[in-house]
Amino acid sequence: MNEIPILTLTIFLPLIGVLFLTLIKGQPNFVYKTSGYVAMLTSGITFFASILILLNFNYSNPDFQFTEQHDWIFNFVNYKVGVDGISLTFVLLTTFIIPICILATINSIKNRLREFLIALLLMETMMIGVFCSLDLFIFYLFFEAGLIPMFLIIGIWGGKRRVYSAFKFFLYTLLGSVFMLISIICIYYDAGTLDVEKLLNIQINLDYQKYLWLGFFASFAVKTPMWPVHTWLPDAHVEAPTSGSVILAAILLKMAGYGFIRFSLGLFPDASVYFAPMIFILSIIAIIYTSLVALVQKDMKKLIAYSSVAHMGFVTIGIFVFNKEGIEGSIFQMVSHGIISSALFLCVGVIYDRMHTREISEYGGIVNIMPKYSIMFMIFILGSLGLPGTSGFIGEILILIGSFKFNYWIAFFAAIGVILSACYSLWLYRRVVFGVIKNTKINNLKDINKNEYLILIPLLVMTLVLGFYPSLVLDLISSSVDKLTNNMMDYTKTSDLFK
Amino acid sequence: MAYLIIFLPLIGFLISGIFGKKLGDFFSQIITSSLVLISTIISCLYLYLFINGSEVLNLVIFKWISIGNINLNWSIYIDSLTAVMLVVVNLISFLVHVYSIEYMRHDPNKPRFMSYLSLFTFAMLMLITSDNFLQLFFGWEGVGLASYLLIGFWFKKPSANTAAIKAFIVNRIGDFGLAIGIFLIYKYTGSLVFSDVFELIPSLVEKKINFLGTNGSVVTYICVFLFIGAMGKSAQLFLHTWLPDAMEGPTPVSALIHAATMVTAGVFLVARCSPIYEFSEFSQNIIIFIGASTAFFAATIALVQNDIKKIIAYSTCSQLGYMFFAAGVGAYHIAIFHLFTHAFFKALLFLCAGSVIHSLHGEQDIRKMGSIYKNIPFTYCFMFIGTLAITGFPFFSGFYSKDAILEAVYFSNNNMAGYATVLGVITAFLTSIYSWRLIYKTFHGQYRNQVHELNKVKESSKVILIPLFILTIGALFSGFLFKDIFIGIDHQEFWKSSIFFKEVFNLKHPPLWFLLLTPVSGILLIFGSYFLYVKNEKILEGLKQINKPFYDFLLNKWYFDELYNFLFTKPIKIIGNFLWFKGDIKIIDGYGPNGFAKIIKIISDRAVLFQSGYLYHYAFVILIGLTILLTYLIL
Repeated sequence: MNEIPILTLTIFLPLIGVLFLTLIKGQPNFVYKTSGYVAMLTSGITFFASILILLNFNYSNPDFQFTEQHDWIFNFVNYKVGVDGISLTFVLLTTFIIPICILATINSIKNRLREFLIALLLMETMMIGVFCSLDLFIFYLFFEAGLIPMFLIIGIWGGKRRVYSAFKFFLYTLLGSVFMLISIICIYYDAGTLDVEKLLNIQINLDYQKYLWLGFFASFAVKTPMWPVHTWLPDAHVEAPTSGSVILAAILLKMAGYGFIRFSLGLFPDASVYFAPMIFILSIIAIIYTSLVALVQKDMKKLIAYSSVAHMGFVTIGIFVFNKEGIEGSIFQMVSHGIISSALFLCVGVIYDRMHTREISEYGGIVNIMPKYSIMFMIFILGSLGLPGTSGFIGEILILIGSFKFNYWIAFFAAIGVILSACYSLWLYRRVVFGVIKNTKINNLKDINKNEYLILIPLLVMTLVLGFYPSLVLDLISSSVDKLTNNMMDYTKTSDLFK
Repeated sequence: MAYLIIFLPLIGFLISGIFGKKLGDFFSQIITSSLVLISTIISCLYLYLFINGSEVLNLVIFKWISIGNINLNWSIYIDSLTAVMLVVVNLISFLVHVYSIEYMRHDPNKPRFMSYLSLFTFAMLMLITSDNFLQLFFGWEGVGLASYLLIGFWFKKPSANTAAIKAFIVNRIGDFGLAIGIFLIYKYTGSLVFSDVFELIPSLVEKKINFLGTNGSVVTYICVFLFIGAMGKSAQLFLHTWLPDAMEGPTPVSALIHAATMVTAGVFLVARCSPIYEFSEFSQNIIIFIGASTAFFAATIALVQNDIKKIIAYSTCSQLGYMFFAAGVGAYHIAIFHLFTHAFFKALLFLCAGSVIHSLHGEQDIRKMGSIYKNIPFTYCFMFIGTLAITGFPFFSGFYSKDAILEAVYFSNNNMAGYATVLGVITAFLTSIYSWRLIYKTFHGQYRNQVHELNKVKESSKVILIPLFILTIGALFSGFLFKDIFIGIDHQEFWKSSIFFKEVFNLKHPPLWFLLLTPVSGILLIFGSYFLYVKNEKILEGLKQINKPFYDFLLNKWYFDELYNFLFTKPIKIIGNFLWFKGDIKIIDGYGPNGFAKIIKIISDRAVLFQSGYLYHYAFVILIGLTILLTYLIL
């Protein structure tokens, strides 16, 4: 396998699909149909390629595997990619979600489908790239370039306030990224290299680390999103078309979590220890604050968006307690949230396509007309509130156990979020699904069709499988996380906070 | 075989849940019931084996979570304690399955109902057969889910939906405590497997920690937080508010989940964790206090309620209180014994109430019943026996277990035991009064229903009466048959390591007056209540008028719901809205992106003024700029 550059192939396969998409000519109807097939096929092959990587992956090796390196711009920038257990998990999440997104898009987008699919495949390349980059410069390239297709998806195919939301999204994330770029440039001047593997072994002095850490933090905090820079997310979700929301929630947000683990913890361990308390405070505020806000939302998507912020609050807590339970829990929570929140947005999409409203009060009594849909929706709601047996539980409980070991106050407050998540999730479900039908339009709805089944079933299966057999992910990340926590242990020992 | 016990209900749930529509009502009912029947038979076999001294059985199904020190499996762990619970859960569940076939006859969603019942059974079995705290937590929340689904089964009723959510959320608050307890255990013992944890607990007794701003022993904190979980599930004082509301669900559900099995999970947890509780006197005090208070408090409310199911619900609450204070004085085996007998007579009472409601076409208000004992003689007979059992009439099942509890607290050295003894005896009186009130108001006196004619009230069919009959046998004999095994002198032989006693637990013989106190008063109250509730209702009316505020206080359930609404429900919504409009929209967006945009707009508006298009304006600006530049360079 070592001869074939499989990682590069996986990254750029979607681009080949994009190429084919641009070449399609003919009747609009023909274009519409073929582009769907091409996109499905491309993303399918990409998924297959990532599975190949998994099959050849050495679970016990904590270092980067499948590394490839090529000089790119005058020795200044290397094209260097590679995966360890942590990055591979996210690559798999990406290649798993994208085909589902494409299916959902084909089902619901009627105008300019081809362009939409091009944007989606471009995103896929960028996102896989982010998770595989072992050079800060190309990491930054992929990280930023991913913004543009998302900006277009919201701005072109979005709802009424799409332009406002698209710009809000763009400005927020761009502003954060500028600081990260400055940090990256500083690192280059200081260390003379942007090669992540080399940088991981270089010690930067603490004061300097702090500034660099803050630079990265600015970007990741916006993307996570952490309180108080979260307000772009509800707007972006509400205006984005369903598959846009799915990508946003499932993968774009995870780039930040991944960034925290790979770069903040990896490159700036001292500063991470130094700033950990700040992260805890912001995360706890995020969990409780956004849960309360979610409770009073009138728009389904907004509610789920706010719940995303709360769930990501758990993730940031887990990462910065620096122990194995916490970090593995965070990664697991990201995967689980990727699956469950995607499914929730798709569930909202299903009824939105039929009713063209996301207002909760317009619904009620759907279970009478759409029983199968109601069962699906129920399972994902339960996953979202972290019921044992779903993937949501494993992530939350590991993070809570990890943070409790570290400091019980954190776990105590975070666990209040678990109660609140039950409140807003069940309250949403009750208003939408149960009760008597008040809106006569609901009587004419049809239960989910085969395509929608095809979209939701894989997510359903993953939610339950990961709930009952989380080792699927935990084994994959175990050795890499071990290495990371062992490394962190040297730093946490020197800090008073961690005694 | 052990696998079958657990997985047959799961299979029933899946078959009936997924293929229910295709199988049809009849087949899904038959399949789910017969699968649970097989489970029941095997469970009885296990109990028999354990009575004859079988060894503990621990099977690993497959790996669940493994990180660091956490190595947890999906497991089946059966010891004496589990074996008793297995019989209770499976037997009652089977009877309720059968009963539901008739009770839900007119419901369009029968397969869904049966599948939920089986799901509940599965989750409950996972809870009791766990060998670690996390699988227990899985079952714990799983039964909560099943309870949520079943309370809200009639999803068109808004009250049922609200009750379902309330049940889930109040339980979540309890689960929060349980989770904190589990975290504490993991932090200080490094394991979540029962056997490892229990081994390490004695070494932690001396360890003091500072937790949430208070100082205390680790073991005490663990116990208290685990107990908060138990309070939620078992509807103890402060976290009890969901149980009466849960009566919105179909009656078979109330019998199975909210009387016989799920609500007793808290007692099971305390008994299972006896190796921890035995080392914390402080938490034992708390358990006794909460248990005794709940027993008394719930009984006072039951006195004045008018909904037949709510009376029995409060009675359940009260009986659970008994079990808890028994466990609190270290008589775990007696608590479990009461759990065992209570399962029979309480399920019997509920299912009889269901039969009454069925016969009266859905009427639940006892003020609209009366004089129907001739129309439904079998139900009347069964319910009468159930009432005799709960009031502790000599030689019925409740007599053995309840008296054993009172004797245990009477002899306990614990400083809260006196409180429990007094309240326990008072509650026993109250129990007799409200139970007989229920019987007399329902079956005797004037027929007070305006809607349905008396001669149209018909006895339920055999499918309902047969489960009732089996439960009646249980209510009659379960105490007598099992008392020697469960709480006799040789009880250690049976419980072995499943229940831990710090000191050998021996029941002494209390003085005669104490022994006779409850049975005699129980018998007297049969007639006393008849006198008050059937013959001379005016006396009570007079009492009500005189003590109106007190009566309202009881009728409104000590105003707990109103208090919680005022303290939590309303403020949370207000805070949520406040954070959304003031926090997110006004402050963060207002000063953040929107404010930024505004500032840029203002600046650019000002800048626009410069671009007036007049040449002399530009020339003027250039001149000023040049002057400044020159000045700067020169200076």
